[in-house]
Amino acid sequence: MTLTADLVDVEVQPKVRSKVYTAPGFPGSVVTVKPRYDNFIGGRWVPPVGGRYMPNISPVNGKVFCEVAKSTPEDVELALDAAHAAQDAWGATSLPERAAVLNRIADAIEANLEMLAVAESWENGKPVRETLAADLPLAVDHFRYFAGATRSLEGRSTEIDKDTVAYHFHEPLGVVGQIIPFNFPLLMAAWKIAPALAAGNCTVLKPASPTPWSILKFAEVIEKIVPAGVINIVTGPGGEIGKALASSPRIAKIGFTGETVTGRLIMQYAAQNLIPSTVELGGKSPNIFFEDVMAADDEFLDKAIEGLVLYAFNKGEVCTCPSRALIQESIYDRFMERCLARIAAIKQGNPLDVSTMVGAQNSAQQLEKIESYVKIGREEGATCLIGGERAAVDSDIEGGYYFQPTVLKGNNRMRVFQEEIFGPVLAVTTFKDEAEAIAIANDTLYGLGAGVWTRDGSRAYRMGRAIKAGRVWTNCYHLYPAGAAFGGYKISGVGRENHQMMLEHYSQTKNLLVSYSPKALGFF
Amino acid sequence: MSDHTSAVATTARVVATPAAEQAIRELVAERGELMFFQSGGCCDGSLPMCFDRGELVLNDRDVLLGYVAGTPFYIDHRQFEAWKHTQLVIDVSPGLPEGFSLPAGDDAHFVTNGRLYCSP
Repeated sequence: MTLTADLVDVEVQPKVRSKVYTAPGFPGSVVTVKPRYDNFIGGRWVPPVGGRYMPNISPVNGKVFCEVAKSTPEDVELALDAAHAAQDAWGATSLPERAAVLNRIADAIEANLEMLAVAESWENGKPVRETLAADLPLAVDHFRYFAGATRSLEGRSTEIDKDTVAYHFHEPLGVVGQIIPFNFPLLMAAWKIAPALAAGNCTVLKPASPTPWSILKFAEVIEKIVPAGVINIVTGPGGEIGKALASSPRIAKIGFTGETVTGRLIMQYAAQNLIPSTVELGGKSPNIFFEDVMAADDEFLDKAIEGLVLYAFNKGEVCTCPSRALIQESIYDRFMERCLARIAAIKQGNPLDVSTMVGAQNSAQQLEKIESYVKIGREEGATCLIGGERAAVDSDIEGGYYFQPTVLKGNNRMRVFQEEIFGPVLAVTTFKDEAEAIAIANDTLYGLGAGVWTRDGSRAYRMGRAIKAGRVWTNCYHLYPAGAAFGGYKISGVGRENHQMMLEHYSQTKNLLVSYSPKALGFF
Repeated sequence: MSDHTSAVATTARVVATPAAEQAIRELVAERGELMFFQSGGCCDGSLPMCFDRGELVLNDRDVLLGYVAGTPFYIDHRQFEAWKHTQLVIDVSPGLPEGFSLPAGDDAHFVTNGRLYCSP
């Protein structure tokens, strides 16, 4: 799935090209909104035990548009009860049937793609053109991929000797806990849920506190498709229920995507319960442009320019955001001129307008943090080449959280080059040669993603192997196809997602060691 | 853990605004002793994570930056290298905290603002 390049191929695009979607809950919207949402537990909508709810804000206009359960650890226990009640039957479900359920989830998302895309945009602030063309189609494909992957996963048997055979079976872990971030609420849910279910596990999932609602719209879509208790969703504050879930002795694994200190806590809780964990954490991904990208003014150069501007994809709220651009000195001026012109042409505003390219940051907290980083960058001596301020938007959405696409020129020792800003802020610097490019690229705590742009295949290969990151996009960026393993080097995480190998992460190996010989060992 | 506070005799590496100090005191009165750990990346990154004291097991290289309202404030040693030219100012802002951090009162969270005190 490519992003902008494929927009025209997306079925829903031609009819909506100049459309502004009506905000969810308003007359004529494709999305209905209830005033209040309960937890989704055991296939039913269950009010929180404590009876408390919390307001849910749309970052598009900064206004509360519904309430969701403000759950407590008791609600996590209810969800775990439901998951455990469903586990044995789901774990024993035949592979054809399990795969069929995953395919039905995919079909249901696809049938409701426009509705969920608009809901996701309203919930997160991301442009609806992205959710229509990337988030939701990728979520659909993810379920289909794991439906197929689980059918093709084979156990192994080994003939130890002519009468002794070691059989190896994949068995489910059991009930797993999964905690997802706010930046891709539905796609991250798909990344987590699909492999867990495919491997025969039941899940208790906690969405991020700022984005609890779109996943509940997803639950409405699949509630009749998935057996009760296989997927359970509990909303509420991370400090209360995130901890209760992650530290519960009733889960067999914890999967987490988020920030580093929480990742450390997750692994600590997992260690205390002696269970496995997968953590996908932050990044400060380098995007490296060699001088030969400007050897011709052609399609490839155009693609490379877009490749730099992809830092603004999902308003920079992406763990793999290409937030450090390293540009070869010899082309810096000419290349940046082209890139800045492209950035200046970005249309920012109402995310529900299908022509909007950059929407709203997810929360007031994020907006403040981005401002604070731009201030730090300026104090450190970085030059602001474009943007740098909150964005002015139409009066109907002025309570939303908008920040201009920004470029800061500086050096790799600055904090804006070392820390994940999680906003549309690019830190740009130059390098002289390949060796310096590698040195700067790897001078970071993180190692999640990287981009390399060159017309020289050998150099692309050398760079790709030399960069210490879990994924090196080569002459592309921000593609997330199922089937390509995704995960971090260094402190960017432990484990991989998005690939059949995930089924191993969500299974345990059962070995049957069978003797077909009638003879005793002879010891006793 | 290492104590780098002695390296800066005149300027504290971490300070808190009166609002943050007040929130910390109220939280301590409610829950008991606390700890802060500076977060470094991704979705909830760059926020000061506030936990019950001892919730996060420290390692030998975590850096004690100082104390805010009597509560110890730590940072990862690798992150310390990247941040050491800035002073951290802990404040309070509206909205629920992210991650597993405790809130700074009702519907509020702690934030870290940076102030440069030497060049990188």
